[in-house]
Amino acid sequence: MTELPPVIGNSVRRRDSADKASGSALYTDDLWRPGMLHAALLTSPHPSARIISIDGSVAAALPGVKAIVTGADLPTRRWGAFVQDETPLAVDVVRYVGEPVAAVVATDAAAARAALALIDVEYEELTPILSIEDAISPEAVLVHPGFAQYGKRGELGAEGPNEVTQQELTEGDVEGAWADCDEIVEGVYEVPSQSHVYLETVSAIAEFDKSGKLTVWSANQSVSKVLSTLTKALDLPMSKIRVITPAVGGGFGGKSGVTVQPLVAHLARITGKPVKLTLTREDDFMMMRRRHPAIVKVKTGAKADGTLVARDLEVIYDGGAYAEDSPAVLGFGLLMGRGPYRIPHCRLRGSVVYTNKLRAGGFRGFGNPQVTFATESQLDELAERLGLDPLELRLKNALDQDELWIGGQRITSCAFKACLEKARDASDWNTRRQAGREARDGKVRGVGIAGVAHICGLMGTAATIRMAEDGTVTLATSAVDLGQGADTALSQICAGALQIGLERVNLTGADSDAAPYNWSTGGSRVTYMVGRAIVKAADEVRQKLIEHAAELFECAAEDLELRPGGNVGLVGVPEKIVSFQDISLRAHYTSGGPILGSGALVYDGEPFDPKEATIRNYPFERIGTYTFGAQIVEIEVDTVTGQIEIINAWSAHDVGKAINPLAVEGQIQGGFAQGAGYALVEELLWDEGQPINPTMMDYKVPGAPDLPMEIHPIIVENPEPSGPFGAKGVGEPPLIGVAPAIANALAHAAGVRLRRIPMIPERVLDALDQRRQE
Amino acid sequence: MSEKTAIVLTVNGQDHAVLLDRPSTLLDVLRHQLHLTGTKQGCNYGVCGACTVLIDGKSARACLALAGDCGGRDVVTVEGLADDPVAIALYEALVAAGGVQCGFCTPGISVALTELLRERDGDRPTRDDIRHWLGGNICRCTGYVKIVEAAEWALEMLETHPIAEESA
Repeated sequence: MTELPPVIGNSVRRRDSADKASGSALYTDDLWRPGMLHAALLTSPHPSARIISIDGSVAAALPGVKAIVTGADLPTRRWGAFVQDETPLAVDVVRYVGEPVAAVVATDAAAARAALALIDVEYEELTPILSIEDAISPEAVLVHPGFAQYGKRGELGAEGPNEVTQQELTEGDVEGAWADCDEIVEGVYEVPSQSHVYLETVSAIAEFDKSGKLTVWSANQSVSKVLSTLTKALDLPMSKIRVITPAVGGGFGGKSGVTVQPLVAHLARITGKPVKLTLTREDDFMMMRRRHPAIVKVKTGAKADGTLVARDLEVIYDGGAYAEDSPAVLGFGLLMGRGPYRIPHCRLRGSVVYTNKLRAGGFRGFGNPQVTFATESQLDELAERLGLDPLELRLKNALDQDELWIGGQRITSCAFKACLEKARDASDWNTRRQAGREARDGKVRGVGIAGVAHICGLMGTAATIRMAEDGTVTLATSAVDLGQGADTALSQICAGALQIGLERVNLTGADSDAAPYNWSTGGSRVTYMVGRAIVKAADEVRQKLIEHAAELFECAAEDLELRPGGNVGLVGVPEKIVSFQDISLRAHYTSGGPILGSGALVYDGEPFDPKEATIRNYPFERIGTYTFGAQIVEIEVDTVTGQIEIINAWSAHDVGKAINPLAVEGQIQGGFAQGAGYALVEELLWDEGQPINPTMMDYKVPGAPDLPMEIHPIIVENPEPSGPFGAKGVGEPPLIGVAPAIANALAHAAGVRLRRIPMIPERVLDALDQRRQE
Repeated sequence: MSEKTAIVLTVNGQDHAVLLDRPSTLLDVLRHQLHLTGTKQGCNYGVCGACTVLIDGKSARACLALAGDCGGRDVVTVEGLADDPVAIALYEALVAAGGVQCGFCTPGISVALTELLRERDGDRPTRDDIRHWLGGNICRCTGYVKIVEAAEWALEMLETHPIAEESA
């Protein structure tokens, strides 16, 4: 297609914004069912303990209480994406502070919460594993002594104590390559637990009808994952389950796994009533998900002219008490270990370990921010040793289109160099870099850069389009809009593919009864993957429209084309047209039947090439369609207080084609803000296994006064051949480079290198003090 | 078991008789008894601002206000701003500027900004004023840039069409 339809690349208004702004959009907790009961959860006060007994008899007698349910009351069918280690409530042992131990169901939420205090649980405390170091010690006790017996998906390669998985991606001869390097830098980098802090806490409602069909409304990122977990947890066929996702108040990966839905469904089954559970913010902080903390060891070597030669990277992620998506998170991290650069010799290895803490899961970037903090920090350390400009070092080694990613996949589209150059030019990098460390009121300024790469192609999806009598269409996909604007972008793709106005596209909600399978809103994949399915479905509709028109005009199908505005026309004869409405009426009432189109795919990019790389226990068969970015941050560091203030940011992203540029900007600015929190302030903390900041009072996320207005989004368009209208993903990348860009800016401003985030004032001051003493 | 207390709450210009069987926050009463679900519960600690309402014209945290203390006060929730010209300008601007993503914080932000934009007589709030005014409203999606831009757009709209506001 040479000329794009006007609805593509157009910042049309989002379909849901007006309802959301005025408070009329309905989220799960805003819904109510007749006769609905409310649940509350009793959680473990210990990081590791055996449950000796649970006595709920006093609580059960409280007025309004309908049921007290413990793990022993539920069938022990375990589930998990890679390791079947999860149950709805703790069974026999608790593995982290905050793990649900018992549920109370009552006529109102306050009564349910009041009853929790009356449940008597006797525990025998066990030795907890509270750090990566504890977990991997040869004498370590096991968080899951039954690990070997659990059901598992694929080869995980777990070997050491508490190991969930061990993976490797290796190319070339790393050990042999060090001798070819003129400069080698080594470092250990540490990254913290970040909490998602989506504004809407997790919530679910479950209800059985008289036929035994279960309906679950919940805050989630994947109708299909909820469905496939419920079918296992409740031993119900999928035909007896309906999963509906109302408006979702943010996810960022935190709602990508299945959370409380199986438990709430069990409670509805036990009580015979609809049951709602909405987590309190403290419960959500202590019970849900977090970003994996990690220790990343990296060694990178280069020639004197800056040509990168070799890298050795080893990462250990703290997965917490349950495995969930951890093997996939590690796989993503390793895939990004070389970054968007040519490094001929690379050994990328890693593992995930269990600890007695909240489980870690998917979080915007999915293992990539941890690794990229280390590698992009180290590139600047290397540049300094080599006496090179860090941006020039990146440009010199930047991958191009048609080169190979680690593992041997050909890169189908790549505008990484353009991202670096556009960010450089927009930020006036050379001037700011040379201006350097001007002191003013004890403050010093600096500017730093980081390169970013990610993927947007993985797993399966499908879409259907059905045409109504009047020629308008209903698009069905179960992709969940978490606020990023997928509903609008996907509708735009449908409208663009059929060359009709957006008002002629109706979109079903994310509802398993109405819409076909989509793996998940995750991996920055919805625009790219679901968009592709929509283009396929639209193509089937187009073909059927043209077949009808060919019969009507008594001409060959090849002589017909779609015309903007919902018509089929004869090529070269502008006045010879028939409307979608006339065709659809004919299809409904005269010939052929109603027009339906469907598109389905599983990610079909090139697989890894075993001749290029050694690949062990990799969790994805196919993953790819790479995206690129470059992020530049200017900061001011107060050398008296250690406070870092972001002054300016430029974030350039290769999105293939921006379907809705305003929404892309929103992803860039919002991702930057979360990245700034990760870099500067956010960290879940524990004391002897007890969470010490599980409230929004104590766990700080950036507010408007903490962030600059100058977060400049730079959209770089270089069409991806397989993408819908050339589009790729952008959801996660804008977070990924922020922390290393700020660490690099700090090194530029103040001459100190922090290899640990968040870069809180204490750490900055310690580093400054140390530098003064040296 | 404590005695039930009856109070009269004036919400969005209407009087509601409410029976309290325990000390309840205004947020609980709004959401669970009056079914005004536009006011969201985000943190229940008065930090996130998702539950912002106007009490006697000033923005307040419904999660920190006891319903029993609100008798005789004028409580306005986001639902009560449906015909408010300042709020309407804000909604229009928030939608057009891309200031709405997941939307969970947005009703609270709409309420908070309505107060700021109403009370602007003479002194036009600067970009920094708006940023700092929003310090009590956490948004996890947008990075705030487009929300602040939306507030500026709304100001411009209100200045260009002041009649609409007076007619209300």
